[in-house]
Amino acid sequence: MILELKNIYKDYETDAVPVPVLKDVSLQVEKGEYVAIMGPSGSGKSTLMNIIGCLDLPTSGEYYLDGENVLSLSDNALSDIRCRKVGFVFQQFQLLPGETAIQNVMLPLSFSNTPRNKRRDIAAEALARVGLSDRMDFYPRQLSGGQKQRVAIARALVNDPSIILADEPTGALDQKSGKSVMELFEKLNDEGVTIVIITHDKNVAARAKRLLHIIDGEIYEDEGTNGNIG
Amino acid sequence: MLENIRLALRGIWSHKLRSILTMLGVIIGIASIIAIVSIVEGTNKKLETSLIGAGNNVTTVQVMQDGWAYEFEYNGVPEGIPQVNDESIERIKGIEGVVNAAKYLQRQGWNVVYYGDATLSNTFIRGIGDGYFQTLGYSLILGRNFAEDEFNSGKKVTVIDENAMDALFNGEDPVGKVIEIQQEPYIVIGVVKDENKEEKEYESITDYYMYGGTQTQSNVYIPAGTWPIIYQYDEPESVAIKVEETKMMQSVAESAADILNERVSGDYQYGAQTGDSMEELETLTNAIQLMLVGIASLSLLVGGIGVMNIMLVSVTERTSEIGLKKALGAKRRVILWQFLTESAVLTSVGGVLGIILGIILAKVISIVTGLPFGISVTWIIISVLFSMGIGILFGAMPASKASKLSPIDALRRE
Repeated sequence: MILELKNIYKDYETDAVPVPVLKDVSLQVEKGEYVAIMGPSGSGKSTLMNIIGCLDLPTSGEYYLDGENVLSLSDNALSDIRCRKVGFVFQQFQLLPGETAIQNVMLPLSFSNTPRNKRRDIAAEALARVGLSDRMDFYPRQLSGGQKQRVAIARALVNDPSIILADEPTGALDQKSGKSVMELFEKLNDEGVTIVIITHDKNVAARAKRLLHIIDGEIYEDEGTNGNIG
Repeated sequence: MLENIRLALRGIWSHKLRSILTMLGVIIGIASIIAIVSIVEGTNKKLETSLIGAGNNVTTVQVMQDGWAYEFEYNGVPEGIPQVNDESIERIKGIEGVVNAAKYLQRQGWNVVYYGDATLSNTFIRGIGDGYFQTLGYSLILGRNFAEDEFNSGKKVTVIDENAMDALFNGEDPVGKVIEIQQEPYIVIGVVKDENKEEKEYESITDYYMYGGTQTQSNVYIPAGTWPIIYQYDEPESVAIKVEETKMMQSVAESAADILNERVSGDYQYGAQTGDSMEELETLTNAIQLMLVGIASLSLLVGGIGVMNIMLVSVTERTSEIGLKKALGAKRRVILWQFLTESAVLTSVGGVLGIILGIILAKVISIVTGLPFGISVTWIIISVLFSMGIGILFGAMPASKASKLSPIDALRRE
């Protein structure tokens, strides 16, 4: 079990009245799964992603990521777990504009205290995995949207995380590059990478091996894709 | 760390105008401090040269009254002051830091030395003991020095300096000629020259201001043993001491005075004069320096606030970068250091520019006003450290703010 959420509640305080966003969410993800979590905006999707990504803590409940009890961790330990166990892919890529592709990919390695002399090789290998060996020294402005997202995916892979957590990874891409990014996810999943995608796009969600719906802060398993459909 | 410095320098370079404007306060502050210190340092050096002689490192121990050398000319030697004996000189030579020491007696005289019709209008007659020329760093340019047995014998031989030679002999060879000192005939056996370019010119700060370097002084040396022939015993003996380093002069002179005072009884004591006037002067110039540096520091304070302001702007501008780094696993410490380094590098660069500007400024002031100019390495180091400190001090608040940003809020701002 890579991911285990038990009875997660999350409230937001607005004007002293707590607004419930997540209501009793329980979720288990096995190693090697490819899961899509789908829901309309305002459904609690982003909040769930923040909690899974250890960016935010639930109001109550239990959360184990690769065996670690996330709720008991300090701020520093949360940074550490994000660094080693979660690979983030964002809708807007979030690449540093002043750094080249390889420098962007090397960034998480500096946070995980990877020896300086190994960083470049590891990053180059990750870029090769996403098919961008020939774009290593390009700046983000010199890359297409699809290429930028692939750099971001290489960055997510570089610390060999337990899961890749992607938030609307095709949201800012045209159809063709969106498709190539989705194909990349499938390839990585075939190589054994656990992937959780959060999206409101039916077509994206349909490509995952398992589909979950989140509506009004509650989570439902999609009957049609439940189980291990190949 | 090096990575952070590299990033900071790149950031400064990519926002050149903004960086310069931010650094302006620090640049002006450091430049004024360096300029002030250079001028004050130069003035101090000049005063030191005039009062104790640069590179000479010779101090004298004399009988004192109320902190000044006492005028004994009409009173004779006060009771209880014995002659300086060889044993005392040997003991003074044994003090740590002493290179050489010799006793001497001196009296200033106006028109008391003649060669034919030529006279020395203003001269110092010095009765000297063995080793005096070596102690003061004088070298013989003509003739010979006193022989060892001549110091205490009554043989009337004399050594004169270049000024005396020029005034009396007008190009004639003085060696072997007879001059008249206080109506006593002396045979000139040699001529000495001061090897130190900038000899001590004045006996005290009062003289320095009174005569201001308008007179050419000459010196005539006779063996201490012949002093009673011309002046009886009405001058107390003093001791000239050469020390290894200028800063040791005061302490060595005090130790030497203690040795001489062991044999002294009565109202007067041996003491060092130069130290007192130097101390007074240094207190004064240091006070002025402190005041001016204080004023310049205000500019540094204002500069620091400017740096804090721009760092806060920078944190806001880079919220999403900070959020991203935190999401990717950067600990608070990493973000804190990144911003602290950036502001410290910013102010250090400002500090270095300030030092360069300050040196140029001091040079210009020195040329325009004629005040001497000196660069203080200590203050340059202090300035760099201080400007770095300002960066850390005023960068701490923005950096702490950056490190506490929540990655969710930070990433949401796109």
